[in-house]
Amino acid sequence: MNTGTYFVTAMRDGIAQAMREDKTVVLFGEDADKSVMGSTKGLIEEFGKERVINMPLSEATMVGLAVGAAAAGLKPIIDLMVSSFFYITMDQIANQAAKLRYMSGGQVSLPIVYFAAQHSENPHPTLAQQAGIKVVIPSNSSDAKNLMLASIRDPNPVVFLQEAVLGGSRGPISEDLEEIRLSVGRLVRSGADLTVFAVGRTVAMAQKAAEVLEKENISIEIIDPRTIYPWDKQIVLSSVEKTGRFLAVDTSRKTCGFGGEVLATVATEAFSCLKVAPQRLCPPDTPMPFAPHLEKFLSVSEEKIILQVRKMMGRS
Amino acid sequence: MIRIRSFEESVQKLFTQGKLPGFVHLCIGQEAVAAGVCLALESTDQITSNHRGHGHVIAKGGDVKRMFAELLGKSDGYCGGKGGSMHIVDFASGMLGTNGIVGAGIPIATGAAFANKYLNSDRVAVAFFGDGATNQGVFFEAMNMSALWQLPIIFIVENNQYTEWSRTGDLSVGTTISRALPFGIRASSIDGNDFVAVRQTVGEAVMRARAGGGPEVVECMTYRWHGHNEGEEAFAGHYRPKEEIEAWKKRDPIEALIVHLIAEKIISPEEVEKMRSEEKSLVDRAYEFAVASKPSDESEALTDVFAEQGGVK
Repeated sequence: MNTGTYFVTAMRDGIAQAMREDKTVVLFGEDADKSVMGSTKGLIEEFGKERVINMPLSEATMVGLAVGAAAAGLKPIIDLMVSSFFYITMDQIANQAAKLRYMSGGQVSLPIVYFAAQHSENPHPTLAQQAGIKVVIPSNSSDAKNLMLASIRDPNPVVFLQEAVLGGSRGPISEDLEEIRLSVGRLVRSGADLTVFAVGRTVAMAQKAAEVLEKENISIEIIDPRTIYPWDKQIVLSSVEKTGRFLAVDTSRKTCGFGGEVLATVATEAFSCLKVAPQRLCPPDTPMPFAPHLEKFLSVSEEKIILQVRKMMGRS
Repeated sequence: MIRIRSFEESVQKLFTQGKLPGFVHLCIGQEAVAAGVCLALESTDQITSNHRGHGHVIAKGGDVKRMFAELLGKSDGYCGGKGGSMHIVDFASGMLGTNGIVGAGIPIATGAAFANKYLNSDRVAVAFFGDGATNQGVFFEAMNMSALWQLPIIFIVENNQYTEWSRTGDLSVGTTISRALPFGIRASSIDGNDFVAVRQTVGEAVMRARAGGGPEVVECMTYRWHGHNEGEEAFAGHYRPKEEIEAWKKRDPIEALIVHLIAEKIISPEEVEKMRSEEKSLVDRAYEFAVASKPSDESEALTDVFAEQGGVK
């Protein structure tokens, strides 16, 4: 789509709206004032350097200080820039941010948003595994704004992962207040034959695949979970009850990946509805290589979705 | 200080008897640091602590009944039994958490100090950590940020000279003070077994921090009479010279303070004895309270993961 609001601008608009509404919302980020990714553009001009804080390259302390700041009354937003940087901060995110509420017996709530762009490294299952961190991956501009707002307003640590390739995509923004909710999936396209569960940037691939498959008289239903954890199980199970076929498309690696988790839920809770074995499509268990053709070879694509769907429909 | 000692001695006895689940790290010998620092603070000031944190919790105003209940995993514990010895949290007294990860409380205290400054509050945050934690990267990151932003934070380095089971001198170069100076942070190293010195030094640092003077590092030289954790002999052997332990035991921070207070006629020997027996009985009653407390219901294990959804507005 080449009209509407840019994805990163929508994120920025969500942050700005939250900062206007609530003075305790404070943003920390590396080069936050320059907004290299575009998602914090103009914030320093509007809110000043007291609320938009340019950070030294100290990710672990940046993530940890959000815990203390939230415990002491702020709603910190942390711009980590790139999702691989989460691994630098694992103690503070997994042992501290994720666990402090639970281990204190619910004495504190920690309204924090950690956001970063992701592409070749997709840590959403790792983060979702920590029990105590919500994880969202919007697939379009409207969700980028509304999920950002919902994440900031949520009283818990939320990791907001921005698909790097979607940064420059555009789309309309829904003003429907019902859209400002976490853990509510979206029915992207209705169909009768097969449910494709697609995460983040793979939603657009699934949409293109559905158009091709439609010409072959295969009707695809597409579900975008929007929130990875806690995810909307019901929208998926209802869809599978209708179609009887299920394909999970995800960007995290196969072993212990998010696609496998969703597939396991479908297999155990909707077994009697399934006409064929449910499948998952995700990158194999390798790091992501640099060379563009090798990356393409490993990554999920529109073509791979089409081939997998044909196979499940007995058309290959 | 006497209460901390009584509590720790009681915990030690119960651990030996096999009545406590999990690991415990005792602070016997280090009581003057916890007491001296926390008595220089207001109840609204915040602290973060570490694995050896029972003394910090008590000094900040914690209730030994609820601490014992937490150690036993009971419903009346500070965290309903979900935290245990290394994760006692009491937000009501400004105790943002003991911590199982060495150095992990440092960024959290830095964040609390940031919030205090941002909200124009005069609260001060204190991070308690040991000499081992001065080798963690977050210590350097937090010193940089707190100096850059002139945050109201005091870093208390409780230097008991051992990093777990190794002499810190074998693992570190330079001194704690030398690590603070490049950041332009005022740093001092004092006798951590001298309550009066700790109270006075930290009191002045807190006053300066409250007035906008920025961060400070106070290193308190001390010694733990017990091991890194109770029961360590089984795997760590004897790694500290007996003479060293005996020499530090002769420098008992509690006895030193008592001698001082009696000499200054602030307290009589009879009052001291009365205090010892009162504190022992307080701790004994706390243990009885904890034993009588109900174990946390199994359903509690599934609660408190997330705060209620506030996203729908």
